[in-house]
Amino acid sequence: MQASEQLVNQGRAPLPGGQDGMANEGADTVSAAEAKRPALPVVKTGADLLCSLLVEAGVDVIFGYPGGAVLPVYDALFSAPIRHILTRHEQGAVHAAQGYARVTGRPGIVLATSGPGATNLVTGIADAYMDSTPLIVLTGQVATASIGTDAFQEADIVGITTPITKHNYQVRHIEDLPQIVADAFHIATTGRPGPVLIDLPKDVTGGPAARVGLPDPSPLGYRVPTGPDEAAVDAMAAAIAGARRPLLYIGGGIVSSGAAERLRAFARQTRIPVASTLMGLGAFPNDDPLFVGMLGMHGKYAANQAITHCDLLIAFGVRFDDRVTGKLERFSPHSRKIHVDIDQAELGKNVAVEIAVAADVSLAIEALAKRELQPDTAEWIAQINGWHADWPLDAKRGASVLKPQTVIDLLAELTGRAAIVTTDVGQHQMWTALFYPWRAPRQLVTSGGLGTMGYGFPAALGAQVALPDRTVVCVAGDASFQMNIQELQTVMENDLPVKVAIINNGFLGMVRQWQQFFYDKRYAHSRISSPDFVKVAEAFGALGLRARTPQEAEQVIRQALSYDGPVVMDFVVEEEENVFPMVPAGKGTDEMLLDWEEA
Amino acid sequence: MERTMSVLVNDRPGVLARIAGLFSRRGFNIASITVGSSERAECSRMTIVTSGDDRTARQIEAQLLKLIDVLEVEDISAERIVSRELALIKVDTTRETRLEISHILEPFRVAIVDVAHSSITVEVTGDTEKVDALIGLLRPFGVTQIARTGVTAMVRSQTV
Repeated sequence: MQASEQLVNQGRAPLPGGQDGMANEGADTVSAAEAKRPALPVVKTGADLLCSLLVEAGVDVIFGYPGGAVLPVYDALFSAPIRHILTRHEQGAVHAAQGYARVTGRPGIVLATSGPGATNLVTGIADAYMDSTPLIVLTGQVATASIGTDAFQEADIVGITTPITKHNYQVRHIEDLPQIVADAFHIATTGRPGPVLIDLPKDVTGGPAARVGLPDPSPLGYRVPTGPDEAAVDAMAAAIAGARRPLLYIGGGIVSSGAAERLRAFARQTRIPVASTLMGLGAFPNDDPLFVGMLGMHGKYAANQAITHCDLLIAFGVRFDDRVTGKLERFSPHSRKIHVDIDQAELGKNVAVEIAVAADVSLAIEALAKRELQPDTAEWIAQINGWHADWPLDAKRGASVLKPQTVIDLLAELTGRAAIVTTDVGQHQMWTALFYPWRAPRQLVTSGGLGTMGYGFPAALGAQVALPDRTVVCVAGDASFQMNIQELQTVMENDLPVKVAIINNGFLGMVRQWQQFFYDKRYAHSRISSPDFVKVAEAFGALGLRARTPQEAEQVIRQALSYDGPVVMDFVVEEEENVFPMVPAGKGTDEMLLDWEEA
Repeated sequence: MERTMSVLVNDRPGVLARIAGLFSRRGFNIASITVGSSERAECSRMTIVTSGDDRTARQIEAQLLKLIDVLEVEDISAERIVSRELALIKVDTTRETRLEISHILEPFRVAIVDVAHSSITVEVTGDTEKVDALIGLLRPFGVTQIARTGVTAMVRSQTV
C-alpha cells in the first residue's frame, strides 16, 4: 500500500494545495476518490493480478475496447473496482486517455486487444510521445506459444511502438508482471512523461496467479535529473542579471513539472516578459501584462518580434520545435540562450545554446527565484508594447458574416474563460490558441507535436470523465470532427456533457490556406463536404444547434452551456478566412505574413 | 569523424533492436556494432563505431541514455583505447601462389584455420587498419569470402 501511494504522489499533478490553479477545482474529487480506495479484487488469474496492481497504482478508469486476446482481462474487469469507458474505436480510447491525462497530470489508461486493436492505438501513442503525455497502454497479445507464427490477430505491437513509446514491455511470465506495472507507472509519470506500453499474451493473463503487492519501482538504467547544480544556477543568474532584453520562452515542460505558479512569481519578480509555445499556453495567464503571446508559425506579431530582438532567451521546458523556430539561421539571432529541460537529449538538439541545464524546470525556477534578480527591462517592455500596438489581434466582432475568431471570442466570454478546451488540428486550433484567453495550466488540451486530426473530441470525452463538474468544450473542424464522430455514442452512453463547437468552413482550412498561398489557389481535394451535423447529433440523441451569424452564435452557445448533456454546435463560418500572422515554412520568425495581400 | 562508443545495456530481448532502431530513425550512421556479455551479470556491452561531429556525438550519447535499457554510454574516441576485430578471409591458392601468400601472411601473425586444394582460410585479429591491410594484400590472389566481427574496444588502463 505504501508503495502505491508513493507512486501516486510521483504523478505530476494535481498536487494537493494546488500549484496548478484552476485545474485543481476538479482535483479535490480526485484526491477524495484516492482516500477511499476500493478493496483489492480477488486474484485467481494473471488478469486478476493485473487489475489488483492497477487499483493499487491508483487507477480509477480505463478507456478501452474488448477483443479475443484481452478476454481474460475483460473478465477480470467485470468484477474489479475500476470504471471502464467503452469507446467506439480504439483511437477514441487512446485520445480519451490522453485527454484524461492532460487535465489531471495522472497517467491515462488504455486497453485494447491484439492485432488491429493494438494497431488502432498507434496514432494516439505517437501523439502522446510527441506531447509528453503519460499513458499506460495495455494491449492483448496472442498466447506465447503462438507469438511469431502470424496467428489470428497477431501484430508485433512492441516492435511497432518501440520508436513512439518511452518504453514498452511484453510480459512473458506472470511473475514479471508486478515489477513491470510498477516500473511502467514510474517511467510514464516521472522525468519527461510519456506513453509506456505493456503487451499481455493471452495465456499469461488467463493463467493462474496469486496476489502480489505493487513493488517499488526499480527500472535499472532509468535516470531522472533533479534540480540544477549551483554552477548552473550561477551561470543562469549572471546571464539574467546582465540582460537588457530578456525573454522567457516557455512550453509544456512548465505544465508537466507543475511549475506554473513558480513561473508566475519569477516573471513578476524579475519583470521578464513571457512568450509561450502552443503546449505552454495557460502556464502563464494571458491577461498578465508581461504575457507577450504565443510564438511561432502562427504566433503573435509581438511574440515573434520579441524572440527575434531579445538579447537573452530563457527557454524553460521547451524543445525548439520547428513550428516555433522557423528557419534556424534566423532564429533569435541576437540572443544568448539558456535552456532548461528535464530531457538531456533536447539540450542543443536543434539550436546551440550557451547555458544548457538538464534539470526539473520547477526546481530550476525555484533556485533562480532565490537570487532576487532585477534586470532593467522597462525599455524592453515598452518596445514590446509598441509591437502589440502595431499589430494587435483582431477578433472581428460585430460583422454580419460569422468569423471563426468571433466564435472563439464568444466561447471564451460565455464560459467565463474557465472552460477546459480541446481542439483538433488546423486553422480552428490556431484561432483557439490565439483568441481564447488562457488562465490556467491544463486548460488547453491540443495535439501539438503530432498534429492529429480527430484528437479533440475523444480528448474532450476523457477530460470530462476526469473532471465531471467542469465545462469541457471541444473546438473542432468540420473535417476533423468527422474523423472520430463515432464517439458521440460514447458521450451519450456515459452522460458526458461535452460541448462540441464545429468551426465549419467546408474546407480542410489549413490545407486550403497553404494551397492559396503556395500552390496558386489550386484547391486540390481540400474542399470537404459534411453531413448535417445537427441531424447527426439528434440521431445520437444529443442536442444539435446551428449558427450562421454572430447573433445566432451567441444564442447557440448560451443554449449549449445551459443544456445538461452533450451538444454539437455547427458554426457555419466564412469559408476562406486565413490564420494570421503566418511564418511561411522555411522563413524566419521575423518574416511574418500579416494579411493576404502581403502573401 | 569516426567515433567509438562503449555502451552497457540490460541483457534483455529486443535491446539490440531498440538501439539499431534509434540509430536508423535519427539518421545516425553505424559503421559496426558488436555485442557480447560484459563484466556485469545480466548486462551486455556493445561497441558501436559511428561517425559525426561533436554535436552529433553528444546527441547520440543523450539519445542512447534515454533508452531505459541503456545503463552507461562512453564515447571513447578521444581516449587511448585497445580496439580489435577478427576476420576470416578465404583466398584462392594455386601451387604457384601458395608460397607467395604465406610470405605475405607471416608478419600479420595470422592463423590458417582451413586448407583445401584450391583455397585457404585465414583468421586475423587486430585493429581495423591491420585487417584492411591484409585484405588489400590478398585481393590480387582472389578473395572469395570475408567475414568480419566488427570492432570491440576498451579504454587502456593508466600505466604510470
